[in-house]
Amino acid sequence: MEKFEKLTGIAAPMPLINVDTDMIIPKLFLKTIKRSGLGKNLFDEMRFDDDGHEIPDFVLNKPQYREAEILVAGDNFGCGSSREHAPWAIKDFGIRCVIAPSFADIFYNNCFKNGILPIALPQERVDVLMKDAQKGSNARMIVDLEAQTVTTSDGEIVAFEIDAFKKHCLLEGLDDIALTLEKGPAIDSFEEKAGAARPWV
Amino acid sequence: MSPKTLYDKIWDAHLVHEAEDGTSLLYIDRHLVHEVTSPQAFEGLRMAGRKVRKPENTIAVPDHNVPTTPDRVKGIKNEESRIQVEALDKNAKDFGINYYPVNDVRQGIVHIVGPEQGWTLPGMTVVCGDSHTATHGAFGALAHGIGTSEVEHVLATQTLIQSKSKNMKVEITGQLRPGVTAKDITLSVIGETGTAGGTGYVIEYCGEAIRSLSMEGRMTVCNMAIEGGARAGLIAPDETTFEYINGRPHAPKGAQWEAAMAWWKTLYSDDDAHWDKVITIKGEDIAPVVTWGTSPEDVLPITDTVPNPSDFDGGKVDAAKRALEYMGLQAGQKLSDIEIDTVFIGSCTNGRIEDLRAAAEILKGKKIKEGLRAMVVPGSGLVRAQAEDEGLADIFKDAGFEWRLAGCSMCLAMNPDQLSPGERCAATSNRNFEGRQGRGGRTHLMSPQMAAAAAITGKLTDVREMM
Ligand code: SF4
Repeated sequence: MEKFEKLTGIAAPMPLINVDTDMIIPKLFLKTIKRSGLGKNLFDEMRFDDDGHEIPDFVLNKPQYREAEILVAGDNFGCGSSREHAPWAIKDFGIRCVIAPSFADIFYNNCFKNGILPIALPQERVDVLMKDAQKGSNARMIVDLEAQTVTTSDGEIVAFEIDAFKKHCLLEGLDDIALTLEKGPAIDSFEEKAGAARPWV
Repeated sequence: MSPKTLYDKIWDAHLVHEAEDGTSLLYIDRHLVHEVTSPQAFEGLRMAGRKVRKPENTIAVPDHNVPTTPDRVKGIKNEESRIQVEALDKNAKDFGINYYPVNDVRQGIVHIVGPEQGWTLPGMTVVCGDSHTATHGAFGALAHGIGTSEVEHVLATQTLIQSKSKNMKVEITGQLRPGVTAKDITLSVIGETGTAGGTGYVIEYCGEAIRSLSMEGRMTVCNMAIEGGARAGLIAPDETTFEYINGRPHAPKGAQWEAAMAWWKTLYSDDDAHWDKVITIKGEDIAPVVTWGTSPEDVLPITDTVPNPSDFDGGKVDAAKRALEYMGLQAGQKLSDIEIDTVFIGSCTNGRIEDLRAAAEILKGKKIKEGLRAMVVPGSGLVRAQAEDEGLADIFKDAGFEWRLAGCSMCLAMNPDQLSPGERCAATSNRNFEGRQGRGGRTHLMSPQMAAAAAITGKLTDVREMM
């Protein structure tokens, strides 16, 4: 997995609540058996009209945000289906960090498996970052995972919390499966015990 | 021993390892797999030269994008869908997992097939690369959706890295009034808590109204725990549960059944267990509801009117404005005046036999409104066969409904069953998001009875007027 350490980039403002995974990547694009190539369809129904032309008002179509690497959004981001295609599309587009007051559970976990950093902050802190993002492309934020801070273009520092294990895995780019397989003996002995206690399973 | 909730008990029974910071490795008893969220996971295994650790506890079925028209026996026309289903065929064979292919009568929506075949049992941990895995919580199993990377993780290790959620109790007291169903309970709870109200929690549903529900109804309730933001929904097992399970193909038999029962009967929340959040709703206060907006929390009794965005606070004001525009509705309009174009009865929320019986009861001897498109998509081939035996299929067909083969169908419209822009649908599924049932399509969620009533009048309708 790709590491996430420090990112300096343009932040796109998306002050919508309940951005669901159907919006992030409509189901039409789930029929792939690959992980890559979904970025061109990120937010497809909001980004393009019925004829496939860009909708100029949509934030990621505006010249100043086309290269955004950070997304600042409203409450309950990523709700809805469990599709990992959502973080795949976000990453493929080039966004590596999403900031919102809260995230849906499955989406939040999926981000970490794909080298994306989701940052949950209280509404008033998100508001500060939203305002900064709304300034356009001259405003570059700095996201520092090690220090657990986001720095606005004006130098204001916003600290965030993150689970220590998830942080470690992201910083090191660790593969969960390899880590778990190291615990093979513990899984073996659990299976033996559980098999005796609940043989019908 | 300190008192525990049902969630605590199941969690503790499946804990393989716990790190100091609380990150835990949880053992997974059943892993359900479908064609859309699994290809990349199997590909990952192949690339790393890994095997499926417990193929005998892994069950796969194609459901999300299979066509539901009879011509599907001749093969899937849409190339991308066909490639995904063929990939699942191959992966099931190569990795030796249990499989119900498209043309097997047991095929159906993964969350209907699991319980129907007796794979889902009380006290288990159940996962699937699908958010509505919460459905299986109706059996007192800890069941939740996972992403594709986690699917790969479970395939390879039969475990999942988790941190523990908090405990939330949702109690529905008393009894439901006539015309009110499990779907109205679960939608009303979301209306009360909001779609993020359950975030960080596992919900246990309890109370007399829940106890009185059949297993079908309990599955409907737990199914939509995810729409309330919860990781999982649970209902403690009881006689209703045991009766449903007994005799199913993969349920324990003989001495194993006795042993299982002894444990299952300990699966309840202790009286003095700690709850981080409690919500109580009176069963009598729940009305037949419909959704008016584009989030499942946008729910109101059918007797109500479309709300005004200014009735809300914060981000919800803009969200409501946007929703009304998308749905083509005016504030103040009576919900029962909203005309529909299409009716969809099906999905893992309401595609079981009891749902079809309830809808058929309303439709018996009646015709759907002229010009309306209406379809029933049974949740599994076995539900379909049973409905045909019971004469329900004839009632639907006589009324003017299309009688389809099993699958997810218009719940998410990945197969050819889709709404066109502006088309308005009364649906028994679980999500009314923008574009969920087809680009520009407008979805109103409701119970099977309410959908049947709407099919007759061509408008959103209070089913109690027809009873
Ligand atoms: S019926 Fe709908 S909600 Fe259920 S598994 Fe299929 S697509 Fe998901």
